[in-house]
Formats: sequence, structure tokens, C-alpha cells
Amino acid sequence: MSRARTILRRTFLFGSAAVAGGVAFGFYSYKRAPNNPLLSGLKDGEAALTPYVKIDRDGVTIITPRADLGQGAHSILAALVAEELDLDWNSIRVDHGQPSQAYYNGTVAVEGLPVAATDTGFIAQGGRVVADVAGKFLSLQVTGGSSTVADAYDKMRVAGAVARDVLLSAAAQQTGLAKATLTTRDGTVITPDGRALSYSSLAGAAAKIDPPARVRLKPEAEWRYLGKPMRRIDMVAKSTGTATYGIDLEMPGMVYATVRTNPRLGGALKAYDASAAEKAKGVLKVVPIAGGVGVIADNTWRAFQAASLIKFDWGPAPYPATTAAMFEAVASSFIPERQDSRFKKDGDIEAALKGASVMTAEYKVPYLAHAPLEPMNAVVQLKDGKLDIWTGTQVPVFLIKTAALMTGLLAENIRLHVQISGGSFGRRLEDDYVRQAIELAQAYPGRPIKMTWTREEDMTHDFPRPLGMARMRGAVKDGQVDAYDLNIAYPSVTASQTRRLNQSVPGPDVAIVAGAWDQPYKIPHYRVTGYRVPALVPISSWRSVGASGNGFFHDCFLDELIHAAGADPLKERLRLCWHEPSRKVLEAVGAMSNWGSNLGKDRGRGLAFTLSFGVPTAEVVEVTSTPKGIRIDKVFVAVEVGKVLDPVNFENQVQGGIIWGLGHAMNAELTYRDGIAEQTNFHAFESMRFDQAPQIEIRALTNTTQIRGIGEPTVPPCAPALANAIFAATGKRIRELPLSKQIAFV
Amino acid sequence: MRLKVNGKTHDVDVENAMPLLWVLRDELGIMGPKYGCGIAVCGACTVHVNGEPVRSCSLQVGDLKGEVTTIEGLGSPETMHVVQAAWMQHQVAQCGYCQSGQIMAAAALLAVNAEPTDQDIDLTMSAHLCRCGTYPRIRLAIKTAAAELRKRKP
Repeated sequence: MSRARTILRRTFLFGSAAVAGGVAFGFYSYKRAPNNPLLSGLKDGEAALTPYVKIDRDGVTIITPRADLGQGAHSILAALVAEELDLDWNSIRVDHGQPSQAYYNGTVAVEGLPVAATDTGFIAQGGRVVADVAGKFLSLQVTGGSSTVADAYDKMRVAGAVARDVLLSAAAQQTGLAKATLTTRDGTVITPDGRALSYSSLAGAAAKIDPPARVRLKPEAEWRYLGKPMRRIDMVAKSTGTATYGIDLEMPGMVYATVRTNPRLGGALKAYDASAAEKAKGVLKVVPIAGGVGVIADNTWRAFQAASLIKFDWGPAPYPATTAAMFEAVASSFIPERQDSRFKKDGDIEAALKGASVMTAEYKVPYLAHAPLEPMNAVVQLKDGKLDIWTGTQVPVFLIKTAALMTGLLAENIRLHVQISGGSFGRRLEDDYVRQAIELAQAYPGRPIKMTWTREEDMTHDFPRPLGMARMRGAVKDGQVDAYDLNIAYPSVTASQTRRLNQSVPGPDVAIVAGAWDQPYKIPHYRVTGYRVPALVPISSWRSVGASGNGFFHDCFLDELIHAAGADPLKERLRLCWHEPSRKVLEAVGAMSNWGSNLGKDRGRGLAFTLSFGVPTAEVVEVTSTPKGIRIDKVFVAVEVGKVLDPVNFENQVQGGIIWGLGHAMNAELTYRDGIAEQTNFHAFESMRFDQAPQIEIRALTNTTQIRGIGEPTVPPCAPALANAIFAATGKRIRELPLSKQIAFV
Repeated sequence: MRLKVNGKTHDVDVENAMPLLWVLRDELGIMGPKYGCGIAVCGACTVHVNGEPVRSCSLQVGDLKGEVTTIEGLGSPETMHVVQAAWMQHQVAQCGYCQSGQIMAAAALLAVNAEPTDQDIDLTMSAHLCRCGTYPRIRLAIKTAAAELRKRKP
């Protein structure tokens, strides 16, 4: 325990003081269940049986306190409750609910620990328990890290089962029948003589019954929803244009706004001239905000037009002005003083390389924008000492604290109405756009203000995935991979994020080496070292975070070594891999792709494997080298997820992850000139288009009992599988993303 | 200025240069067409003008000639257009933000081409961006909708 605690103290991601306190003192007090936020504000006849289930005259509402960004979080969370509570799927209503400590996410914090997902030892498990408690202590109501389902799997099912048990007790009281003789079905309690009592009619009585301390969960064999294809609850609305995103909200008296801030991120606004904007049609007010100016008008487009009339004198960027200069900062960080971690150190790398024929390589990955299709926006109204915020966010509890600090209002006078989002990919972990909307509301109180960013503002004010580099050395012996020394340098995402929360992180940042140090290979001499590049552009989590670049680094050079050894890429990975579930996905993808068979002239297949977010993922990409460029023909993917709770949404997330991973590897990068992102819209940041999307064949393996999310783990192996396939088809080894810098795609 | 949207006539007081998208969204409260890029490269704002697919973010309302149909006019949750029903059947949407435009493009394609080849589908749909990566399901849904439309025709 003491070592686990030391590791946690040094490395925990959310500020050591709070966490050290949480670990040392908070453990016992935070073992208690947090207050149920639904209990305040209940009306007569309403019952909130757990923080996740509310029943009133109209039926059952399930609180789904995670952000639905397109990944289907609300549907799967509702299904977990509905399964145990025996609800009719067609009657299900969900509500994100008010932000509350009760809805902490214990799993997202676990991903920040330097404990490999394959490690089930005492210290690793102890660390996970402590992280879960710390998550509660820190009120981490966060959506991210592919953690939604893993965190909710027991919590939400227990919530449903507890509610069902209380309703059965209420029905027994009301009918005088023995509780054991009652059953439930589709939102009703059924008596032995076939009478159906709706949950709504039992809500009043149920509210007076203490919930049980223990409940029995349904065995899997009795599941009627989980594990079977489900109709996502948002599908009708999203197929008919009737889904309401934050950007679609309309309210009486609403005004419309946009902002411009220094595109040299964090740079000052030295001066501006808004005289033309102030006179423009429809403009109500021009408002200075932190680092820029907001325009409030009677129509969003008029606000856009007026903002474009403002003349700005922006200050310089607080970081090097060009991508080339930033890569120089990365390249000069492979020095002992900047060493951040060395979690992997097997064998004796220096001795193994001495005298051997040493292979070396340098790899690079670029900055990448999140660029969800719905630009950042928020609706804010400050009226009569109360603040209302309507927006899509992954960090609702943080947001309320931020709003309270900015306005001086008590948290109880701030209401956050979390909206569904048109994508996020990590972007809505940040609160910059909400802060701006609050500033506008402070300058223009009374009416609801809908602030919308232009796409250009969105692209140039992202917190991108950081650029990074890797330097590798390696050696082969007797036709086998013998030594692999991987050195990785990035700016720290975690440090950048916590700096914005006025925190600092004393220990190493696991994200710098995630997806590299924790791979399940037994290479005789194997070392992974992380180097921290001093802060450059402000950065944040991007779908699959550190593993998004490290999958490319780790697996491509492994492929180089395997080819140098004259070994088969699949067989050698299998020989090196000690983790049985990971071996199984490698074997599966080999069988699916008919690995080893002849593909014919100008064609090639590449294999890659990354274990990230606890999910071993193997992918094979098949390409054809055509006279006009590389065509991606087919992708095979095998993943180990333990359980597939919704096969349809699972497939959707895997397809999406593959297209995301391949598309950005092909042609996307953010570059900087004069401190400003050069790609201002989708014409210059395309990723994959429809005609380039390959066939994707998917297999889910369920050899473990783990519950994991699938939004991110399929992304990291995409770039290396594609690059390895291009090598197989053309003999060209590309060591820099995007690949389009060196080869064309059709 | 007078315009006809989804069979209903509206009078609006806007400048000619305002893009149709913002007339629909901020003046008429028709929120199905989405703002994604503002420069006609993503397709999220696609509506029909006299049945033809048009990028409403880049069409000045003063240049509008004809009747506008938005996704709200194509079908409703109760009475879905065959393309929307196919979108449901294949559970296409993830975040869903681009899907209004995707559906309007697919409906316009099928209106003139009842049996689109994969190349036909590629040509039309490659003009529409989906950040979530729903392309494989969109292809399946278009084929399902095409088959359904052919079945309905004698």
C-alpha cells in the first residue's frame, strides 16, 4: 500500500495536494454514499429511489449523468437501469440531471495511473480502489477515457435493482400480498392474479420505504436488453432533424452572439476598433471579453458579419510562432533533464545494443484539431441573481465551480442544463467557450444569449492533440526482435489541462507514454522513456489521447524490427506477446484477414496492435498502390471487450474509431504560422471522405470478464496498420503523419 | 421578403445577403439544417430548393428562386420519408449533427436515380462530411431506401 500511495502521490493527475489529502484522509469519509441530488425539489407523489431513478405521475425518468456526444451514452446508461428495473424500452425517458458529486466517475481517474491495464497485482488493484475514491472526492463527474460504461456497469444496474425492490415492497404494502409472490414487467408490478400496478401509482408509497442495502442482480441469461441489439433512444430525433443540440435552442427574448479572441492562443488583445461593428445592422452591443471581443446581435449571421468588421491588434503568441520551431523544441527535449518517466525497463538495453547492428529511426506526429461538426456554443442567461447555462459539456461539476468563481454567485443559484453535442472527441472537456458566454451575459444581463463560434474561430481556438516525436533504437538476433529502446517526447496534455485549473502536476504524465510503455510484449531488452517538452500551444485530450500518436510510434518501429529480423509480422508479435487475451485478438485478426495469403501485385497488408483503455485491439489494413495513389481497400479489426452490451452501437463506435484513426493519419494536421493555426476550415482539415471509407470487418472477443468502453481503443492501431500496409505494398517506410505528406491517397 | 418553406409562406425582414441557412434558423426557427462550416464544404446545411440539393449556408436569400424543403418538410417522426426510415433501420446516426444534410442529399439522389451504383453514391455523398465516421451505414441505408422505393413503384 505504501508504494501504491507513493506512486499515487507523485503521479495523480488532478493536483497532488487534493489527491494526497483524498487518499490519506478522504478514504473513509468518502466511502459513504454521496447525497441523492434528486431528493431536493421532489413534489408530492414523486419518488427518487436512487440518484439515477425518478418516478412521478407520468412515468420513470432515468438520470444519465454523462455527456452524450454521439457515442450513445444516454442509451446504454438507460439500458443498464431498464434491465434491472424491468422497464418498457419504448417508455424510457432520460434526463442528464443536475450536476452533482453523486455522479462521480471513478473509472476515468484510473486511466491516469501508471498501472498497466494488464496488471492485476495487488498494487495495481489497490491503486484502482484509491483512484475510485479519489474520483468521488474530487467530484469528477467527467465523460471521457472510454470510461462511461465501465464506471456505470454496476452502479446503474444496482440503481435499477434497488428501485425495483422498493417498488415491490410498496406494492406488497398496498395489496397486502407477500412480496415474494410479486413480479415486475414493463414498468408495472404484477400480482399473482394478474393485476398490473404501474410504478407511477406506487411512487408515493415507495418514497417512504428505505432502500435495501443489498440487492440481487439479474444473471446474464435473464437479460432482455443488454447484450442484444438496442434501438438508441435518440435515433428517431436524429433521423428527422428534430434532435435539439445546444446550438438549436430557441427561447423567448433570445439574442445571438459570437466572439473573436486572439488566434495566437493565450496572446493579449492590445487594441481594437469596433466602430464599424457597432453601427452594423442588428448589433445590440459590442463587449470586451478576456483576450478579445464579443458581438451581441439579433441574428447569428449579423453577429458574424459585425465581428468581421472589427479591427484587432493582437499581441504575440506565448509560444514559438511556427510548427518548425515547435518541432525543434520537441527535438531538443530528448535530454536527461526533461526525462518524465521510464515505466518500462526490461533487460539491459545498453548492453544489448553494444556490439549489435543497431537500427535507429525518428518518427513524428502533428497537432490535430478535434473539430466536432457542431461549433462551440453556449446559451447563457443571467437574470435576477440566477445564472442558467445550456451547453454540451463533459465536465459539468467543474463548469458550475467556474461559473460561481466568475460571477460570485452561490452554486445553488447556477443551473447547468447539459445538452447533447454534435461530436466532441474530447473538445468539450474544456470550458473556454462557456466562460466567454458567461462574460457576455454579465455585460448584457436579462435576456438569454446564444453564443456561437464561427467554424474559423473553432478551428483556430482548439486545444489540439499535441505534436510529438519518437527516437528509437533496436536490434534483432537470430531472426527475432531482441532489443527495443523507445524514446518519446511530447508536451504534457495533463499539465496543460491542469494549468488551466490553476493546478500543477508534480509527477510524470502517463499520457506521454500511454499506448507504448504498457504493451504486453516480452522483448528481452525493452525500454520506454518519456520526455516532457516545455509547454507550447495549449493542448487537451483528443480521441484516444496519448495512445493516438504512440500506437504509431511503438507499432511501426516494432514492424521495422520484425522485418529486419526476417520474421513474419503476425507470428513474431504472437511470439513476443505474453498476454493471453491480446494473443487471442492477434490470432483472430490473422484468421479474419487470411494473413499470409498472397494479395497480388501492388497490394499489401499491414498489421498493428495497441492495447489502450484496457482493450487489446488488433487491426489489419489492406491497400492497393494505384497509379494515382494509395487506396485503402479493407480493414479487419478484432478487439477484446469482455462484454458487448449493445452490438449495434458497438459496431458503430468501432467503425467510427477506424474512420477517425485512418482519416487523420491520411491527411490531417494543424500547422502554425505566425502563432496561428493555418487550417481554418474543413477544406484544409478533411480527414476521411465517404468515397475513401473502406469495408470494415469487425470481431468482438469476449474472453475476459472486464467491462470496457470502445469509443477510443480502435483509434491508435489505425495509423501504424496503414503505414505498415503501405510499406508492404510499396517498400516505402513512412515515419511521419499525416502520411499524405509523402504519398498520395485516392 | 417572402419565401416558401415546407409548404408554408413566410415574410421576413432581412437583407438580401443573409444566407438562407440563417434565415431558416434564426428568423424562422427551423433548426434541422445545421451550421458546420459556412463555406459549403461540409454539407450539414443542405436543403432542397425545388427538389434540388442546395448548401443553404452559401445561398444568399436574395438569390433564392423556388420553394425550400428542409428535413422537417421531408418527413416527421410519425411519418418518416423512406430515406429516414432506412436511416432508422440501420441506426446510422452517432452524434447526428451532419445527418440532416446527409439525408437531404440521399433523398435528392434517389429522387433522380432509383438504382444508384456505389460510384453514384460515392459521387453524391463524398461532398458530405461526417466526423463520427458513419459512412458505411449511410451506404447501407441508401441501398435499403433505394430498394424500398423500387418496391413501391409498379
